[in-house]
Amino acid sequence: MESTRSLSFPDKVLHRVFTHLTSNEDRNSVSLVCKTWYNADRLSRSKVFIRNCYSVSPEILIRRFPNVRCVTLKGKPRFSDFNLVPPDWGADVHAWLVAFADKYPLLEELRLKRMVVSNASLEFLAFSFQNFKRLSLFICDGFTTDGLEAIASYCKNLTEFDIQENVVEDTSGSWLSYFSESFASLEVFNFSNLSSEVDFDALERLVSRCKSLKVLKVNRSVSLEQLQKLLVLAPQLVELCTGSFSQEFSAHQFVELESCFNNCKNIQSLSGLFDATAQYLPAIYPACANLTFLNLSYSALGSDELDELLMHCPRLQRLWVLDTVGDKGLESVGSNCPLLEELRVFPSDPFDDTIQGVTEAGLLAVSFGCPRLHYVLYFCQQLTNAAVATIVQNCPDFTHFRLCIMNPRQPDYLTNEPMDEAFGAVVKTCTKLQRLSVSGLLTDLAFEYIGKHAKNLEVLSIAFAGSSDRGMQCVMEGCPKIRKLEIRDCPFGDAALLSGLEKYESMRSLWMSSCNVTMDGCRLLAKTMPRLNVEVIKDDESDDSHADKVYVYRTVAGPRMDSPPSVFTL
Amino acid sequence: MSAPLEHDYIGLGLAEASSMEIASEKLTSSSSSSSTLSTEQNSCNNNNNNNSNTNNNTNKALLDFKETELRLGLPGSKSPERKPTNNGVSVSLFGKDIENSSSKVYSLSPLKNIVSGAKRGFSDAIDGSSGNWGLSMNGKSEADLCKGAVLYSPRGGGLDEKNKIIKETSVLPQSPKAAQEKKKNQLPASNEPASAPAAKAQVVGWPPIRSFRKNTMASNLAKNNDDDGAEGKTGSGCLYVKVSMDGAPYLRKLDLKTCNNYVELSSALEKMFSCFTIGQCDSNGLPGRDGLSESRLKDLLHSSEYVLTYEDKDNDWMLVGDVPWGMFAGSCRRLRIMKGSEAIGLGMYHFFFFFIEISVKNPFEV
Repeated sequence: MESTRSLSFPDKVLHRVFTHLTSNEDRNSVSLVCKTWYNADRLSRSKVFIRNCYSVSPEILIRRFPNVRCVTLKGKPRFSDFNLVPPDWGADVHAWLVAFADKYPLLEELRLKRMVVSNASLEFLAFSFQNFKRLSLFICDGFTTDGLEAIASYCKNLTEFDIQENVVEDTSGSWLSYFSESFASLEVFNFSNLSSEVDFDALERLVSRCKSLKVLKVNRSVSLEQLQKLLVLAPQLVELCTGSFSQEFSAHQFVELESCFNNCKNIQSLSGLFDATAQYLPAIYPACANLTFLNLSYSALGSDELDELLMHCPRLQRLWVLDTVGDKGLESVGSNCPLLEELRVFPSDPFDDTIQGVTEAGLLAVSFGCPRLHYVLYFCQQLTNAAVATIVQNCPDFTHFRLCIMNPRQPDYLTNEPMDEAFGAVVKTCTKLQRLSVSGLLTDLAFEYIGKHAKNLEVLSIAFAGSSDRGMQCVMEGCPKIRKLEIRDCPFGDAALLSGLEKYESMRSLWMSSCNVTMDGCRLLAKTMPRLNVEVIKDDESDDSHADKVYVYRTVAGPRMDSPPSVFTL
Repeated sequence: MSAPLEHDYIGLGLAEASSMEIASEKLTSSSSSSSTLSTEQNSCNNNNNNNSNTNNNTNKALLDFKETELRLGLPGSKSPERKPTNNGVSVSLFGKDIENSSSKVYSLSPLKNIVSGAKRGFSDAIDGSSGNWGLSMNGKSEADLCKGAVLYSPRGGGLDEKNKIIKETSVLPQSPKAAQEKKKNQLPASNEPASAPAAKAQVVGWPPIRSFRKNTMASNLAKNNDDDGAEGKTGSGCLYVKVSMDGAPYLRKLDLKTCNNYVELSSALEKMFSCFTIGQCDSNGLPGRDGLSESRLKDLLHSSEYVLTYEDKDNDWMLVGDVPWGMFAGSCRRLRIMKGSEAIGLGMYHFFFFFIEISVKNPFEV
């Protein structure tokens, strides 16, 4: 028949075609077409992204995709960033590495997020994969700088060394000296996470050898003078993270620094700027013409300094700042950055509520001036419903709206009402919304709005909100695309937990801590849905019936074998 | 004096509660605050009669009887009917805080009823109130009373913990379990900033900030606190500020605390930048600044090309000399010896006789 002829492409051709499919979502779709395509996809898939390391086992992965070269693994639930997960919870990468060493000898890329990585694992990695090129460790823990020595010594083909925001025991900076003198292949070099001073001469030589270096992110121990030397050697940099940006310079030295930045015409992303002051910041102005990402979240700048700086950054798309810039600084953002798409405002001192920081006026000003804004992360002390409604009216294209009113259960400070209407406005106006973090005083009404309107919502984070089970029920019954739900300190109990029975298999995970869920509720869930892992983390002093922290996720690998004593898989 | 109602341990009844507010204000200031528990009502009555009605009314508006009613119970336990109190609206029995609506209110007397209905132990009440009630029962000193109180308190050393609970803000009615967990969770978040945290309950993992950022900001704060004055922050004993001079190849640092007035400041600056005072060298090349006479000073002043300015806390550049020394020293972050041509707008002040006559070609300029 006609139809069968069209299916009999030789496999090679199919493979060729599929290599052009870069998105794994597309690949997942084609694999569902028919058996031939499924096989073609599985044999040609070289990149896998596993968002929950316990949802699948190494063996199952390898069986389906035998030719993988690039692996991204994510481990612990996100709330482990905030000390809500016990340190021995799991997500150790070693078993994966052992399996990969056997079946993926040509592995070239490994990206880990929130995994436990030991020095032994790093050494094992360095020894086992001759072709290893790209290593990225983000918010991992378990290793020290000693482990990095092995990577530096044995990964001769390394192009990417990216160590970011990990919990690293920094014993010394000598790891850098383990790169051999002939090693020259680095394109991405990020060690801004580490604090120890490295051998600057070795660093200088390394940078000068690596002609393809595009991304250089040094740590705070690198001085301004040293940075200058590096920039002279690598004017081709596209992304730069400086070290300490404060040193007593003469006028002459300053001019030299300025001209150095002037030569770096390709810089698109700038960060670090630790201790930057008004005096030295102007040195970077010449490099700001093409800047699309500026991370000032480690520099306590004031509004005037920010204003002057932003005048030189017309193309800015993403900006991260501290709330020291105040509302006035955010007004400058609104006036100077019409192309802005992402804004993150971090608190300079989150535990001191006498600091003014930023208010709704700041974000309002940005929304008036930056209509393309679609990603916001905003830490503030208080807000009003009206302000949020206006903000989303000005910027209806929000895809990520993360609001953190730092005082739990803070109402609208003008009307004293709950913040329900604010988030109601967000979900009603921003139809493309994918990620939402709510805060402030919220009743079930807010969640009714979310369930009713947030049809594209995938990730929802809730803290200190809601009045009853109904709140969570609205979300579970209403949001069709919900993938990840993280809840802490809310009055949601077993009824709420069980209202999501039908959703959990299509979700990646659910986290509920300090809510009203009981062990019985969890047991019932586990019994009804065998393809979910229902894990309960018990705090020491709680009573037996209360489920302090619940983590529910879908898996094809069954219950895990490596949970610590405080974690019960039901 | 009405018969004491059989209510609570300090023997106050319904009617007296509203007058307590007024009474307490009187108590803090009056010297005759020798109110014992039993005679409390006496003074209350008296004060009540003496007070104007307006006082009564405003205070009544602020009071809700149930809020002010003292009840027995273990420290930290709750009365179910307690209303939650919001930020800034704190009800205190002792009047001190009613005026004070700032957010610092909870760093004061621990007797706030911010946590809905949390019962205080005896020691709590006494300790906190010793300043207000002026309790002097039968001639005993307050200290003795406190000591005695501690003995009675079921948790003698537990004041800190109670304070922690009491420091919570805007708490809605919670289930006892949640309250317990909150209490447990009041461990300082790891790597707190170096500055003392405000009187706020520190819930684990809130606000949601990653430890890398917390650590970095904490070390930033520590740096600024230790830093010997790049920001001009006052440490104990020294206040170093940077001094720059237009045309000089490097800056200097000066400790403002070593100077007590502007005169001393200028001589200190003079000493520092004397190597640039070419114009003032006499024939054998030595600087001739010693014994600069008044008249010579004035000569130099009037032909001065330089002006001394400073940067204050608001990042504004100000002319030195306008404000009293103390004010100047407190707000000065940096000094700059500005070229006269730039300082035209500031006027040619002769207050500072410190300046340099430099020839057009300054060999020190690079």
